Amino acid sequence: MKDILQELENRREQARLGGGQKRIDAQHGRGKLIARERIELLLDEGTFEEFDMFVAHRCTDFGMEEQRPYGDGVVTGWGTVNGRMVYVFSQDFTVFGGSLSATHAQKICKIMDMAMQNGAPVVGLNDSGGARIQEGVDSLAGYAEVFQRNIMASGVIPQISVIMGPCAGGAVYSPAMTDFIFMVKDSSYMFVTGPDVVKTVTNEVVTAEELGGASTHTKKSSVADAAFENDVEALAEVRRLIDLLPLNNQEKPPVRPFFDDPDRAEPSLDTLIPDNPNMPYDMKELIHKIADEGDFYEIQEDFAKNIITGFIRLEGRTVGVVANQPMVLAGCLDIDSSRKAARFVRFCDAFEIPILTFVDVPGFLPGTGQELGGVIKHGAKLLFAYGEATVPKVTVITRKAYGGAYDVMASKHLRGDFNYAWPTAEIAVMGAKGATEIIHRADLGDEEKIASHTADYEARFANPFVAAERGFIDEVIQPRSTRKRVARAFAALRGKKLSNPWKKHDNIPL
Amino acid sequence: MFKKILIANRGEIACRVIKSARNMGIKTVAIYSDADRDALHVRMADEAVHIGPAPANQSYIVIDNVMKAIRDTGAEAVHPGYGFLSENPKFAEALEAEGVAFVGPPKGAIEAMGDKITSKKLAQEAGVSTVPGVMGLIEDAEEAVKISREIGYPVMIKASAGGGGKGMRIAWDDDEAREGFQSSKNEAASSFGDDRIFIEKFVTQPRHIEIQVLCDSHGGGVYLHERECSIQRRNQKVIEEAPSPFLDADTRKAMGEQALALAHAVDYASAGTVEFIVDGDKNFYFLEMNTRLQVEHPVTELITGVDLVEQMIRVAAGEKLPFTQEDIALNGWAIESRLYAEDPYRGFLPSIGRLTRYRPPQETVSDTAKVRNDTGVFEGGEISMYYDPMIAKLCTWAPTRAQAIEEMRVALDSFEVEGIGHNLPFLSAVMDHPKFVAGEMTTAFIAEEYPDGFNGVTLPEDDLRRIAAAAAAMHRVGEIRRARISGRMDNHERHVGRDWVVTLQGERFAVSIDADHEGASVNFEDGTQMRVASDWTPGNPLAVLDVDGAPLVLKVGKISGGFHLRTRGADLKCHVRTPRQAELAALMPEKEAADTSKLLLCPMPGLIVKVDVAEGDEVQEGQALCTVEAMKMENILRAERRGVVAKINAGAGDSLGVDDVIMEFE
Repeated sequence: MKDILQELENRREQARLGGGQKRIDAQHGRGKLIARERIELLLDEGTFEEFDMFVAHRCTDFGMEEQRPYGDGVVTGWGTVNGRMVYVFSQDFTVFGGSLSATHAQKICKIMDMAMQNGAPVVGLNDSGGARIQEGVDSLAGYAEVFQRNIMASGVIPQISVIMGPCAGGAVYSPAMTDFIFMVKDSSYMFVTGPDVVKTVTNEVVTAEELGGASTHTKKSSVADAAFENDVEALAEVRRLIDLLPLNNQEKPPVRPFFDDPDRAEPSLDTLIPDNPNMPYDMKELIHKIADEGDFYEIQEDFAKNIITGFIRLEGRTVGVVANQPMVLAGCLDIDSSRKAARFVRFCDAFEIPILTFVDVPGFLPGTGQELGGVIKHGAKLLFAYGEATVPKVTVITRKAYGGAYDVMASKHLRGDFNYAWPTAEIAVMGAKGATEIIHRADLGDEEKIASHTADYEARFANPFVAAERGFIDEVIQPRSTRKRVARAFAALRGKKLSNPWKKHDNIPL
Repeated sequence: MFKKILIANRGEIACRVIKSARNMGIKTVAIYSDADRDALHVRMADEAVHIGPAPANQSYIVIDNVMKAIRDTGAEAVHPGYGFLSENPKFAEALEAEGVAFVGPPKGAIEAMGDKITSKKLAQEAGVSTVPGVMGLIEDAEEAVKISREIGYPVMIKASAGGGGKGMRIAWDDDEAREGFQSSKNEAASSFGDDRIFIEKFVTQPRHIEIQVLCDSHGGGVYLHERECSIQRRNQKVIEEAPSPFLDADTRKAMGEQALALAHAVDYASAGTVEFIVDGDKNFYFLEMNTRLQVEHPVTELITGVDLVEQMIRVAAGEKLPFTQEDIALNGWAIESRLYAEDPYRGFLPSIGRLTRYRPPQETVSDTAKVRNDTGVFEGGEISMYYDPMIAKLCTWAPTRAQAIEEMRVALDSFEVEGIGHNLPFLSAVMDHPKFVAGEMTTAFIAEEYPDGFNGVTLPEDDLRRIAAAAAAMHRVGEIRRARISGRMDNHERHVGRDWVVTLQGERFAVSIDADHEGASVNFEDGTQMRVASDWTPGNPLAVLDVDGAPLVLKVGKISGGFHLRTRGADLKCHVRTPRQAELAALMPEKEAADTSKLLLCPMPGLIVKVDVAEGDEVQEGQALCTVEAMKMENILRAERRGVVAKINAGAGDSLGVDDVIMEFE
């Protein structure tokens, strides 16, 4: 009997070695952890329960039958993050370069099916050379099986991808359909076709880092939501994100004990808006000062910086924040910022995360670059996302809310629940000067008259009270009391129930 | 007594004067420029009058504007603070003409002391020790030797017309005097075409020590002991204390009596300061007299218990001093640290901007310790480029110097200032500097001890252990909170362990924690134990802890897997990990800081409205390079590091796209 028990331990030992000590050392030599070490860091210590440890591939071509390592290049299972259940798969680069075979895909599909059934997030730790070429179409079929599950799980359970090595070809499309993609700086890259193919086809010479490194995807392509220094930091930050997300779309976002008075006043916010309307200020200061403990988890920090997206907590509960950033492009909306914010709003709506919007927007960015790029349809994405969202929506206009951009930014007309404005707010069709030049076209030559008309327009419209008279603004609030007012608003909306008409799905302008 | 007083100043000193006036039941009037509309002194005063645009030469020092404010508000007296109009005899005259009391000395005293030569002459006549020297025609080397002997070696031989050290020699004996005279004379002739030579006592190991005097207009007067102001950077005082750790009672008395004699000689009636330079043998020489309230007056107030501003006002109202010399105490020790909006890591370059966080330590008064903070700013206020970069004067008092220093260390650690660069870390570093602690400083202290500028503090092992113990205990509290999130699997909650590995400043400490209701016992690998107690909660940016019975105050920021900690002038990235996490983290490569490009790229499409530098200019980190207007918003682009501008590709009026190269650096 003892021998039989020992046999299990021996086999486990063999499975844990993956592709062997030499390859493990090589992986470490590249500054990367191996699949199981990564899982250890992601999950609470000692909570990982593995599935399919002894699965091996069934390929018999090209001499593959000679090597059938346990696990087949991916470690799968479940565990907890701060006591909450998550499912995880972690590709093992030491086994066939983490390449995806039919059985490798089956393992991933198994835990995804369980995650869907049991209502818990899936975290994928990607480190794979791509398809297992030897398996041919079986491998492609495997990818598609994973894709289909990503699609079905979208909006049901949170899906998080961490790119911790190569991720190329068809492999990129699974992360692409998950909710968040994180990358590790200097040791990960993602592209559909690599530098060699690029050179053959287009004669373009480009490095893997330029084509698909962390910097490319966080700053330029917006494929990735954030990049971290190394494996350890990336996994610690994924844990932080999981703490902010509900386990599935039927559950409320988590609540955690907090040590910050919801009534905390911030007198310094009274002076946040500069006297000069053409001077920028840092909207992040407002976010940090109203958030519990100043804690802000920013999403897509390095892309389309004219809008800020991310999560905070209020009274220990997760809130999604969308805010125009006057420091960049005056906080205007454009193609990139609309796409960024629209996707974020839709994530929050899908998972019942209330949305807080801070508005200081002078309008949409003008120009051929924008129009030819389709700003009409891209801008409409954000409008659509806000309009369809049924989660609690609280909006605070800090300064400018001009033109169509006013409508877009979670206005009262898009079913905003609490629409606040600071006394510094200016809710108008456009800035005073532009408006005057249109209304008083006849006086255009006369600078004095124009100046006087501008002053009149400012006096009438450069404030929140015209909108407040109409009820488009529920209340004008003191900047210093913003945290308290917003926290109370969300508290009042905890029971909010709102649904959209039945439809198969909507037709958002993609 | 006056019913209403106008304060012709701004910033902390205006606030300081308002406090005393208010205590005396006097109404206060503030004046303000465009840049100070929302300033603290405006908020504190009973009335405020706008007197012009931001630059001081168009507002605070325009006598007509100030006079108008006085007339409009009916103020009966004016306190000028320091700087601005405080030592301007014309202002005193203008006030006199309108019958408004000047809270300062008579015009004649201001004039007499305002001139270097006159004041020195007056001092000599009043029997005040001045730096011995002969300025006149010195015939030959032998005469130079004779004069040098009379003065006493060492002497400084320099060209009358010279400056910047040119034609200057130090002579320690006759031979050197002979030689120095000849070479100085030759150099002076060739460099300046003027070979007149001047010989003066060379003061070795100079200290800047000054005497506070206070006189009334009835012939009464006292000295309120000295202030040691040797810690200076480019003639800007940084740290002052009272009394001086260097003076003995006899020297103090001699200096005090001479200072008072000088004050009486010019019929002084107000608070004033007589500055001396003191050499290593306690010889002291008169430098100048400041006929106003000094910036560093609080240290004198703390050791004497006299409210100098109140006495100035009373004297101006014609009252007699309520005390004589015998009543002036010298009680305990006071230190003042000047908080400047200057970034020590960037060559002390002035830093302007919004004070996103400003939380001074709690002001306290007890028999064993006092903390006082004189300030003119507030959280959310703006530090502008128009005025002095000093934003606060933090003072501590305790019965002994060592205790006062310790109070200052803790107070500096507790002082939260964010949003601008500031010299808090540097002040902390000085408080731990062995020479300062020993009281052995000269006016060359900063130049000698920080020849390459300030590059942060490396903490000794003992301090690191205390911080590591605190960080481990704090991290554990944070992790326990995280484990209490909703949605946990029942009966499968996360158990937060007791073993942690702390890394900071390249050191690694493995600890295990035993927590109880009062705090945590942190056990180190070598068997030693530290006791940590604190009411810190996760997210609090300031941790006030008690580690083994001694206070530890940390400014706490967040980094992945740990804390960003600032204390005692050090800036630490501190990781706290489980042993397994630490083991895996050790496998991570050390990355070199990314090579920041030598280009300034346009961050957004926009119009260049202003270029602040020229090709060939050397720029400091944080210096404004140009302004880009985008969407009608002016964005100032700043240098990311020190460098030299090699090429400028765009000028004012150019319209640029994202990532267009604005300028290149060498």
